[in-house]
Amino acid sequence: MYQLEKLTKTYTGKRTVHALKDVSLEIGDGELVAIQGPTGGGKSTLLQMLGGLDRPTSGSVRLAGEDLAALDDRGLTRARAQRLGFVFQHFNLIPTLTAAENVETALVPAKVPAAERSRRALEALASVGLAERADHLPGELSGGQQQRVAIARALVKEPTVLLADEPTGNLDEATRDEIVDLLEGLWKEQGLTVILVTHDSVVARRAQRRLRIAAGKVTEVA
Amino acid sequence: MFVTYLRRELRHRRKQTVVVAIGLAVAIALVMVVSSVSAGVRDAQASVLESVYGVGTDVTVTQAQEPGGGGGPGRFEFDAEDGETGGEADGEGTRTLDQDRLDVARGSASFDAEALSTVEGVDHVTGAAATLTLENTSFSGEMPDFDAMREQQGAGGAQDDMQGGADGTQQPPTGGADGAGGSAFEVDSLTVTGVDPAADAVGPLTTVEVADGRSLEAADAGTSDDGSDAAKVAVLDATYAEQEELAVGDTVTVGGTDLEVVGTVTSTTGEGVATASDVYVPLTLAQTLADLAGQVTDLYVSVDSADNVDAVADGIAAALPDASVSTQSDLAGDVTGSLSTASSLVSTLGTWLSGVVLVAAFGLAILFTVSGVNRRTRELGTLKAIGWAKRRVVGQVAGESVVQGLIGGVAGIVLGGVAVLAINLAGITLSGSSGAGGFTFGGPGGGGQGGAGVQPADGAMPGGGGGGGGPFGQAADAASSAVDVVLHAPVSVWVVLAAVGLAVLGGLLAGVVGGGRAARLRPAEALRSLA
Repeated sequence: MYQLEKLTKTYTGKRTVHALKDVSLEIGDGELVAIQGPTGGGKSTLLQMLGGLDRPTSGSVRLAGEDLAALDDRGLTRARAQRLGFVFQHFNLIPTLTAAENVETALVPAKVPAAERSRRALEALASVGLAERADHLPGELSGGQQQRVAIARALVKEPTVLLADEPTGNLDEATRDEIVDLLEGLWKEQGLTVILVTHDSVVARRAQRRLRIAAGKVTEVA
Repeated sequence: MFVTYLRRELRHRRKQTVVVAIGLAVAIALVMVVSSVSAGVRDAQASVLESVYGVGTDVTVTQAQEPGGGGGPGRFEFDAEDGETGGEADGEGTRTLDQDRLDVARGSASFDAEALSTVEGVDHVTGAAATLTLENTSFSGEMPDFDAMREQQGAGGAQDDMQGGADGTQQPPTGGADGAGGSAFEVDSLTVTGVDPAADAVGPLTTVEVADGRSLEAADAGTSDDGSDAAKVAVLDATYAEQEELAVGDTVTVGGTDLEVVGTVTSTTGEGVATASDVYVPLTLAQTLADLAGQVTDLYVSVDSADNVDAVADGIAAALPDASVSTQSDLAGDVTGSLSTASSLVSTLGTWLSGVVLVAAFGLAILFTVSGVNRRTRELGTLKAIGWAKRRVVGQVAGESVVQGLIGGVAGIVLGGVAVLAINLAGITLSGSSGAGGFTFGGPGGGGQGGAGVQPADGAMPGGGGGGGGPFGQAADAASSAVDVVLHAPVSVWVVLAAVGLAVLGGLLAGVVGGGRAARLRPAEALRSLA
């Protein structure tokens, strides 16, 4: 699915930070990959490169053969809209929209008609066990429920890759296990490529493949 | 989704929405009020001008009085034979005097009526009428009979200690207990306009209607060129007639001649608005009474199109080099009084105030929108991350701002409408006079022995600087040329559309600035900043 070649990301400012240094890596279709590492080691930066949220300083990020680094803004936006799903640590739901409407936002770029959007959003919520909470605002949901809504939002557009940045970082242990179970189930069920960044070794151990990133360098964890 | 998201966001940020809407509403309302009042003042100025110059007058032609020249009521002069002597019984003889003067109003001059033909020959002129505007000043009262007093003093030299100096020279009267110099008299003035009864398409008669009796008729002008057979008739301004307690069938004295009052007229330009003159007489009669045969003071000219007014004015100025040619826009600047004050207030303070408030409201809207975008960095960044295009995010932010602007606009229209309604209900009366309306204060009064103490009947300020030497000043009755107009501020569709346009513009400006900020957000940075 992904081929990363000599991927480098350097942040320049008052202090130059080399977040990624010549990272070369391959991730196969349908893999469940966990990326671990210390804070500031480059985990989130790597995830942003994989998700087309940021551009590398050098090197390439090929998604199904297409170099994301070479795409213009419109191309990157299209890739994010059609092929990539995101789950964030802080859920990042729109506080003024209901759970169903939050899920629908992911279908807006694809110009899906309103009725179909609504139907698919309800199906997605049902798939994460929240059909009965469709009309609730995020503030009326628990952390775990909010993350389920975020997962439904990521999956409703039927992406090929699901990228999760600390998806359980804000959850208690019981809810964490629920979410990990959910992600694992969806991965198996839908054949997705799932790449998740986590500090939590319990979560990482559930992955098919584990990578460690520190000081901008990626290594495989046996 | 756009509408749902927009509605939820505005409802969620209710306080901000209300503040921005109120700011814009106040600004829009102020712009509406200033615009409406400005239109009202313009209409009022037009009413004043119409009441003086008539409907359809595009250009007026007058001739200014030459410096040091004549014009205006001259001084009254009485010789030894004037008046009747009386009051001998108390040893201080008095003389009763009555005299009328009929002259061209001060500041203007008469010119040859042939100018009318010249003006009619100018291209694009569709009609013209000539008038002779005069001022009739009457003196009526008692003065000390100095001859009788001298005789009395000559006979009784022992009284020198009272009235003469030690050297036996005559002393002037020193004034009586009433402070009137031993005199008691009144000076009244009225404006008299000679009009051609047949010329009713343009001129002062176009804005009058008969209140009682009849108007002047073509037959009143007579057939002879010198006006000798003109009917001795007059039509009075109804307000003046009421003030002087005159009615149809009575007589009014003009230039020492009694004229029969055949009708009274009122202005059609507004309730309570005085017409341009106190008395209207046939032009030929006015010329005869003032001894100004073949002379006029004003020409009223109508032009075929507003686009040609300036060209016609230039044409007349070229054909009549000594004339003073004014267009309606020139004349508007001559309108004085509270109307002028209102006009200047609206055009200066009103415009500046609404401009400042508008800029402040726009600034407020922009500030709140940018602040809202900053607060929603993660939210907008997330939308970009999940595939929302830049223009969709910008459109969402701009849409919210425009709707805020529209809410402010609607509120502003309601607020402005209420304010304008209140202004109209208040019935604010503005007083205006045209600069050509004949303020003929001043004159040769001034010094004079014993301080004549003239008190104008209408309380108007007595004469200005004037020359010296006359026994008393002159006061002219300006009331006849002052026009009271009730301010009516109209709210036109254009004003409402402009208000909505301004509100949308304010929202758009805020949206463009706020949306631009949202557009520059890179999703990774937006997410990182709050992660």
